[in-house]
Amino acid sequence: MSKAAAIELVSVTKSYGAATAVREISLRIPAGSYCCLLGPSGCGKSSTLRMIAGHESITSGDIRLGGTVVTDLPPARRGTAMMFQSYALFPHLTVAENVAFSLKMKGVPKPERQAKALDMLRLVHMQDHAGRRPAQLSGGQQQRVALARALITDPEALLLDEPLSALDPFLKIRMRAELKKLQSELGITFVHVTHSQEEAMALADLIVVMNDGRIEQAAPPRTVFERPATPFVARFMGDHNVLSGTVVGTAGDAVTIGMDGGNTFAARGEGSPNGTRADIAIRTDRVRIGEAGEPTLGFTGRVANIEYRGSSVKLSLAGPGIDDFTAIIGDTAFFASPIKVGDTVPLAWRADDAIVLDRVNV
Amino acid sequence: MTVAADEPLVHAGARARSFGFARSASHLQALPLTLILGFFFVLPILTIIIVSFWDYDFAGIYPDFMTMNYTDTLGSWVTWKTYLNTLKYAAIVWALTLVIGFWVAYFLAFHIRSTAMQMVLFLICTVPFLTSNIIRMISWIPVLGRNGLVNSTLVQAGIVPAPIEWLLYSEFAVVLAMVHLYTLFMVTPVFNTLMRIDRSLIEAARDAGATGWQTLWNVIIPLAKPGMAIGTIFVVTLVMADFSTVQVMSGGQSASVALMMKNQMSLLQYPAAAANAVVLLVLVLMIVAGILRVVDIRKEL
Repeated sequence: MSKAAAIELVSVTKSYGAATAVREISLRIPAGSYCCLLGPSGCGKSSTLRMIAGHESITSGDIRLGGTVVTDLPPARRGTAMMFQSYALFPHLTVAENVAFSLKMKGVPKPERQAKALDMLRLVHMQDHAGRRPAQLSGGQQQRVALARALITDPEALLLDEPLSALDPFLKIRMRAELKKLQSELGITFVHVTHSQEEAMALADLIVVMNDGRIEQAAPPRTVFERPATPFVARFMGDHNVLSGTVVGTAGDAVTIGMDGGNTFAARGEGSPNGTRADIAIRTDRVRIGEAGEPTLGFTGRVANIEYRGSSVKLSLAGPGIDDFTAIIGDTAFFASPIKVGDTVPLAWRADDAIVLDRVNV
Repeated sequence: MTVAADEPLVHAGARARSFGFARSASHLQALPLTLILGFFFVLPILTIIIVSFWDYDFAGIYPDFMTMNYTDTLGSWVTWKTYLNTLKYAAIVWALTLVIGFWVAYFLAFHIRSTAMQMVLFLICTVPFLTSNIIRMISWIPVLGRNGLVNSTLVQAGIVPAPIEWLLYSEFAVVLAMVHLYTLFMVTPVFNTLMRIDRSLIEAARDAGATGWQTLWNVIIPLAKPGMAIGTIFVVTLVMADFSTVQVMSGGQSASVALMMKNQMSLLQYPAAAANAVVLLVLVLMIVAGILRVVDIRKEL
């Protein structure tokens, strides 16, 4: 339907007076991909999106869209379209008039713009509501209208600012699937800001995890999940236990760290000199109850809390030098030999499930 | 068993009592306002309507039921001319206060970034209201008079050979004073609606390629309509009922309906003034009804 454009950010910085929201980030979003900017609130993801859209000036750096430098272009001349967090539909206009708004601004004659608006509404299955006002629509319907309004400009990239945050959980999952479908049908670049890991994992071809104005990791979902680059990513994605200690030995691709409590753990990754601080991450769902094959691949902890989650059980444990360690155990394994809060249990994992994290960005 | 059977009855009784009490309590709460409005608003209007049907001569007024006051009022070409003149003032002052008021409100709402500064500037707008209407009006006289500030400046600068006569005691002076007196009544409600416009709507318009003027015309003005309607009601009713500004600033050379009523009252023609008041009330109510039909202001109330 339309050409997709790659988006490139070259050491882009955004400052508000003395406060810096985005610090010299560089990023390349391939044409036609679904990119999620993920991070906690205040991490600079929305500012980044708004700079790409042209609603926020860039303090320094450049933004390129499909080879053109768009740093100083107004939003409408960039080939991007934005979908706002609260949808920002014009309350005084009907659904069709909202969708046709940008064509009206361009001076397209009324019959033509009405026909095109109806086409767009058909794309999002809202053609039956063309005559209604936004206030008469549900949240999900408003979102479809906002989507149609953004797409009518035939953008090369669609920018979505927390598009699903206002919807209830069921609708969220449905709209998520529709967004993904729409993106693959249209083939244009989507940049989607979210604070939900689940949403990013489900949608993205490229997840960009941001924290404190910096990019912590930009990689496909599987890489972000399996090989988080930094302790922040590992903690934020929520599926790893992060342990910090001092390097006591390096052998091949395995690093051994010593913890304050006396435990030593081995993990796969780049070696660093003995005595330096290092973080390792252990997948919560790969931890099992049982004696470890090697002493560096497990420890004995006291159960602090048990949460039943249906197909799995979440155990929170504490051990020497380890305040909070999570183990996700399958329900069958758990109920085969039940555990109570206060019990002391041995935990173990395989050598491949512990990785060394990068400290560069910390 | 009997206890169990009785229990619901007891509860139902208690509920009925508390329900009845709640109802009379809410009536009691509404009573003071009802009394005040009844005594100071409904009663005077009823009195005016009743008196408008009474008879009068040079010495007194007599209870009666006759329509002569209305036929006299509506049958006289002076009345019609005065009404037209008042409507003319209302239209001109409305147009000027709308344009000026909108731009002041727009500037305050969209060009002043900090809320503190907005409030300071808004309060500055209200400072003239710390003095009385009459004083603000009279203060125009040394400015506009024959040997006033404007004329002496113009003559000394050699722009005009002789003082301009129409600056004071003219329709121009009346309109100028009214605009000065009433613009804030337009600024306040418009500012209020503009402040409530979601700023992301303006970004959405910009994202859709709208220029500043297109955004103003297609987004901001339509959304400011309720505020403009409320301001219009304020200004139109104030101008329609004005007599002091017209009297002072026109030097007695122009008339308004309220001024006509004031003259009738000073001649002790109360029933005639009452009939005039009823006609004016009906006219203003029709104008307000017309405004409410065009613009839905319920969102603002």
